[in-house]
Amino acid sequence: MTTSTDAERPGLIEARPVRHPWRWVAVAAIAVIIAMMINSFVTNARWDFGFAAQIMIQQPVIDGLIRGTILGTVGAMLLGVSLGIVIAIMRLSDNPVLHGVASVYTWFFRAIPRYVLLVVIGSGIGFLYNTLDVGVPFGQQIASLFGLSSHLTFGVIPVNAYTGTIVGGILGLGLSEAAYMAEIARAGILSVDKGQSEAAQALGMPEGKSMLRIILPQAMRVIVPPTGNETIAMVKDTSLLIAIPVIAELNYQTGAIANRVFRIMGGLVASTVWYLLVCSVLMVGQFYLERHFGRGFGQKKPKNKRFARGAGMGGA
Amino acid sequence: MPASAEDASTNGSKNGKTAGARDDMPLVHAVNVMKSFHENQVLKGIDLDVHKGQVVCLLGPSGSGKTTFLRCINQLETIDGGRIWVDGDLMGYEDRDGTLYRLKSKVIAAQRREIGMVFQRFNLFPHKTTLENIMEAPIQVKGEKKEQARERAMTLLERVGLADKPAAYPSQLSGGQQQRVAIARALAMQPKLMLFDEPTSALDPELVGEVLAVMRELANDGTTMIVVTHEMSFAREVADHVVFMDGGVVVEQGDPKSVINNPQHARTKSFLSRMQAEPQAVEHVPASLEDAIIAVEIPRPGGELSIPVEHPPEEDE
Repeated sequence: MTTSTDAERPGLIEARPVRHPWRWVAVAAIAVIIAMMINSFVTNARWDFGFAAQIMIQQPVIDGLIRGTILGTVGAMLLGVSLGIVIAIMRLSDNPVLHGVASVYTWFFRAIPRYVLLVVIGSGIGFLYNTLDVGVPFGQQIASLFGLSSHLTFGVIPVNAYTGTIVGGILGLGLSEAAYMAEIARAGILSVDKGQSEAAQALGMPEGKSMLRIILPQAMRVIVPPTGNETIAMVKDTSLLIAIPVIAELNYQTGAIANRVFRIMGGLVASTVWYLLVCSVLMVGQFYLERHFGRGFGQKKPKNKRFARGAGMGGA
Repeated sequence: MPASAEDASTNGSKNGKTAGARDDMPLVHAVNVMKSFHENQVLKGIDLDVHKGQVVCLLGPSGSGKTTFLRCINQLETIDGGRIWVDGDLMGYEDRDGTLYRLKSKVIAAQRREIGMVFQRFNLFPHKTTLENIMEAPIQVKGEKKEQARERAMTLLERVGLADKPAAYPSQLSGGQQQRVAIARALAMQPKLMLFDEPTSALDPELVGEVLAVMRELANDGTTMIVVTHEMSFAREVADHVVFMDGGVVVEQGDPKSVINNPQHARTKSFLSRMQAEPQAVEHVPASLEDAIIAVEIPRPGGELSIPVEHPPEEDE
């Protein structure tokens, strides 16, 4: 159906594109600013890049990065995501008690600054409870009242042995994270069409299985992008572990070395670059996660390619 | 006490002390089913019997309660009054000496396993391929072996004419193909009863024929089916029994020819004349899936697209 032979009918379009002069102005302005920044990096020796590079590869820094920052992030996010999903499901439950507990949890842990929470866990809990006795509530009082020999206690957890370590840090960051993750997971679960759970029900699938195999995998599509955000925020929040205090942590270790020789900038640059690197790796991981949970939704590959090629022909 | 009170059609759920399962009971035995949403009573005492192998069509204007009634049968809605038995099992409750005890959700899930359902909007699992959609319930619910489930899923895909699409995701299929997968998914559980909730209402007209053809083949194989539909051709040609509902009650029921061609009730008459005034997606239900698909894919030169299937006159059972 070519129309080139027919002079009456309009043919292929070869129009002039819209001009964007202000784009060039913006490009020029940004180029000047970037040149100024590079100039300052290169000429201002106080940045101390060489020393920063040395700090980055010191053994205590690498240790802090792995055992504090990365382990802390992974642990806190594992706790936060799993507990968050449980709280989201509780929040959506018909059971008023579960619903209420979940709401209070979210309210409480969203209201407390992470730094304060970590201090409370690191110092306060150990002061309040030297050991955690697991048993019947008021068991000791009941036992003395009736003159029982048992204290109705089944096990003892030495709290002080943990609260001052990375375990306490992971607990604090994870509990706090769960409150945010609960809201994200709730939004994800609500985003799944009601027909999906009905279809699962109609096939005779029990509720738990329908949640695990049908609803949550689809909710993940909505849950993953903000969870990536949360993970990246968590990497940075591990610098709060010093409130526990946990010193095997990236920012403390770089600072410790820099402070010892009074070259503070070097330490700050070293930790900044490490945080940039870790977050970049996480963003790549997020891309693959999103692709995994996005399967079956939207783009059919071949069709897209065809559209892309068609558009390319017209545009060029 | 367990008198045969099934015939009682008066309102009031107190008189429902009916006996439990009986051997001569139809596959579906619904008595005085009532359902309200808030203040709005949608079902006002529906009685319906469906025997094994029967195809029953529920007709009626929208808002008449036919979809709600269908959803009550497999307990996607809980009923407020009356009783529903499927294959002798009282749905949702246990009757111990006249006192009803609500069943646990696990037992209700087990009851639903015997009933397949096909939805208006297909409701396929979008994150799973066609084959995975069909295999999901047999493996996860019945605990079937993966190879066995896969084998039967492939057989079912062949039966609905989609043997070449096992790896496709639902978003890559047309509406008609998706609905055929949904039928295969329901059949994979080998249900005693199939429920169809307006299975062709969400389809483009040229895709209606292929779904109806699959349903006709199921009916010919002796599947017990309850179908809520607006396709009069299907009701006329495939159903054994049609039920006309309006305002939450059964207005008229009986043999399809007598109800559709010679309605007795004024409301049935006005509904049917309105239906006949509207253009129908298919004039006749295609005799087989091949007919339906060929008719769609090869438009006749010079003629408009239609689904012209030579069809034997009525009474082909």
